[in-house]
Amino acid sequence: MTIKVLGPGCMNCKTLEKRIQIALQELGINAVVEKVEDYEKIALYGILRTPGLVVDEKVAHSGSVPTVEKLKEILFATQTA
Amino acid sequence: MEKFFAKHPVGTTALFLPAWIALYAALQPLTDALITLTGLVQGERLTEAVRFFVFEVPKVMLLLTLVVFGVGIVRTYFSPERTRKMLGGRSLFTGNVLASMLGIVTPFCSCSAVPLFIGFVGAGVPLGVTFSFLIAAPMINEIAVVLLFGLFGWKTALLYVGTGLSIAIAAGYIIGRLKVERFVEDWVYQIHANTDALEESIPSFRDRMQSGYGAVKDIVGKVWPYLLVGIGAGACIHGYVPENFMASLMGKSAWWSVPVSVLIGVPLYSNPAGIIPIVQALLEKGASLGTVLAFMMSVIGLSLPETIILKKVLKIQLIAVFIGVVATGIIIVGYVFNFIFA
Repeated sequence: MTIKVLGPGCMNCKTLEKRIQIALQELGINAVVEKVEDYEKIALYGILRTPGLVVDEKVAHSGSVPTVEKLKEILFATQTA
Repeated sequence: MEKFFAKHPVGTTALFLPAWIALYAALQPLTDALITLTGLVQGERLTEAVRFFVFEVPKVMLLLTLVVFGVGIVRTYFSPERTRKMLGGRSLFTGNVLASMLGIVTPFCSCSAVPLFIGFVGAGVPLGVTFSFLIAAPMINEIAVVLLFGLFGWKTALLYVGTGLSIAIAAGYIIGRLKVERFVEDWVYQIHANTDALEESIPSFRDRMQSGYGAVKDIVGKVWPYLLVGIGAGACIHGYVPENFMASLMGKSAWWSVPVSVLIGVPLYSNPAGIIPIVQALLEKGASLGTVLAFMMSVIGLSLPETIILKKVLKIQLIAVFIGVVATGIIIVGYVFNFIFA
């Protein structure tokens, strides 16, 4: 599983990265978390609000920082899908 | 408390609302009682400054909590994605009006200005319409509306919304007519992102209430230091600056005060919570409404950091046009108000 956190490096993006790490740890998933800070690359995913969360090249969430619980749901859903 | 609310958002709100009303109604007698208790002498400068602070801080906090909660719920009915869909292919003027109004209610944070700009323009929303949205979103700020309502009454609050809308509509329209597309960085037009990448689920009313609560936690949590400093400064002006002191500096007779206020206001940035209590105190000391509104709008609506972020997608000429058009709009509004409220 590859995970990307989209955002120019504002507060929300950093929080999202931290929470995603916690969620991965709690689920026991091994994944690479990559930060995408370049606007041109962010734009390619078509999100209108940062931070964005991309799981396996699919936009899973954008515009807010979900709770760790919600992130676990998202990760779990993509893993089983 | 937090966990409890997360489980029972509707019930907690039903519980809190009467408490809110009771507290708000009790503010004036409580303040009076407190002043009597401290033994401060009525009418003295220090007393008046303390009274201002003790009364305004809880009042503004109460108003803020309620309105941020309400706005948090309303915003769940809107999203930039849906707004973009509504704005796609609109003609210039209608598009500008719609974009400005959607700018008030669509959840938007200035850190998302760039992806939003790319997403709008890339999906065929006209440039001028996109600008109307980008101008209205920060300019007509819910915190500012609340504070203006709380400190000056509904007329001033309405006036502020009306003028903010007019500036956003007019500025976006003018930028649209100027045909400045060539000053947008070329790569913006080359991005053809998937515009329906994210499907949205419809939240339940409980979810919406939770969003409202989240907004309170987030916004009130961020804003309160600004508020304390702003009301503190306001209290000092209220207590210590002589009556009519500001008349010569920011009064109607000083014709140059409007553009100077805007010039000072543009590079400054403050949260509305910090600026409006000061505005109130300035008005009280003889500054005129138009000048003060112009100052406030240029501080809240045009911020240098946000404009610098836009440099990623706009060439410097277009940034200059953007600042120029909006600043001119604010100056005109300032003069109009000074003229009306003679």
